[in-house]
Amino acid sequence: MTLTQHDIDQEIAAEHAAYEKRVTDGAPMEHHPRRDYAPYRSSILRHPQQPPIAIDVSKDPELVELHSPAFGERDITEIDNDLTRHHRGEPIGERITVSGRLLDRAGRPVRGQLIEIWQANSAGRYAHQREQHDAPLDPNFTGFGRTITDADGGYRFTTIQPGPYPWRNHLNAWRPAHIHFSMFGSAFTQRLVTQMYFPADPLFPYDPIIQSVTDDSARQRLVATYDHDLSVPEFSMGYHWDIVLDGPHATWLEEGR
Amino acid sequence: MTKIDTSRPETVLPTPSHTVGPFYGYALPFPGGGDIAPVGHPDTITLQGYVYDGEGKPLPDALVELWGADPDGNVPTADGSIRRDPATGGYVGRNGVEFTGWGRIQTDANGHWYARTLRPGARGRSAPYISVCVFARGLLVHLFTRIYLPGDDAALAADPLLSRVDRSRRDTLIAEDDGKGTYRFDIRLQGEGETVFLEFQ
Repeated sequence: MTLTQHDIDQEIAAEHAAYEKRVTDGAPMEHHPRRDYAPYRSSILRHPQQPPIAIDVSKDPELVELHSPAFGERDITEIDNDLTRHHRGEPIGERITVSGRLLDRAGRPVRGQLIEIWQANSAGRYAHQREQHDAPLDPNFTGFGRTITDADGGYRFTTIQPGPYPWRNHLNAWRPAHIHFSMFGSAFTQRLVTQMYFPADPLFPYDPIIQSVTDDSARQRLVATYDHDLSVPEFSMGYHWDIVLDGPHATWLEEGR
Repeated sequence: MTKIDTSRPETVLPTPSHTVGPFYGYALPFPGGGDIAPVGHPDTITLQGYVYDGEGKPLPDALVELWGADPDGNVPTADGSIRRDPATGGYVGRNGVEFTGWGRIQTDANGHWYARTLRPGARGRSAPYISVCVFARGLLVHLFTRIYLPGDDAALAADPLLSRVDRSRRDTLIAEDDGKGTYRFDIRLQGEGETVFLEFQ
């Protein structure tokens, strides 16, 4: 039987209601998706069934996971954060500037760390051979960028507004436009891969991936804010997106948290 | 609300995780991602294995990151894992001299990954291990685990993590010795023989 959007909508609503009930019953707020989130069908065979083993990092400050790999100037080129300049011609689409800060849970900047992004082009197609969505590839856009955060934890990318695209989770499934982000913190425990969305996308309620974040306020933290001050005159629209890394790290321990 | 007001710590809440998806392949992997050991280093070991789903099928699209100490137990501080060529914008690879301790490998069409790195030294109270972070389509939050190397039974028995893990599952954290400095470490995301995954608190 064909899986419809209506079927998925019902599953999403049930997961949301179950979360609300857990919180009402006193369970803590959940900032991250549960790995077992059936509306996203690919999760079904790819989530562990055993609970993870907890490691209290305060008991051993020597854990290698409390440190992070280092990245430096030789790991990026000057135009890596401008995805519109990676080919000879201009990519097609609406130019955007995406900027913000990389922070830890205490609100402190994460300096000198690597941020990588990748995305579909303006027509909603990835430059990946296995992606066969019938939308044009853009010879002037690959959709991959990198940067290293500055002394304030700041980052900035110039790119093209990605398009939404269909996928095969269920019949008529569409992903809201998004940019994939990968971040390192000052500890490997803070590693984060996620997706940034754009304000007021009409596809949000239908998408089991964004809805896998069942907490309403947590989900909002994946959505960038339009920021007119970031818009570059005669050039690009500006979006602001601050990122907060979870996970314990060494500075916490020093402060006796 | 995605402008964080750092003067109000109660508003500083984590950005949720999402899956890496199926199409990271032109972005995150890089040539030589698993060739972490400096060229010709005598403490080089080879790690290899498969990543399996709950039906025992290998994942052709998993991404494995490794992070480990050097043979003296020191944490590497060298950058340069993904050195670039400013002239072409392409990759020039690691320099073959410095040890960055970090690597990234995408499983191939058979679900197989490999890396050559340095045998880690012990740190703190732990037996020597390499930290592992796994990403995949379908995995909404990455998974941490560890690769311990077999051989020193006393060190493994005293390890604070291994000594807490149920006997029947403990061996999922210890690589198999295939001889000649080669070790096999499979990652089973679900079901029988499920790998022990970790949560840092």
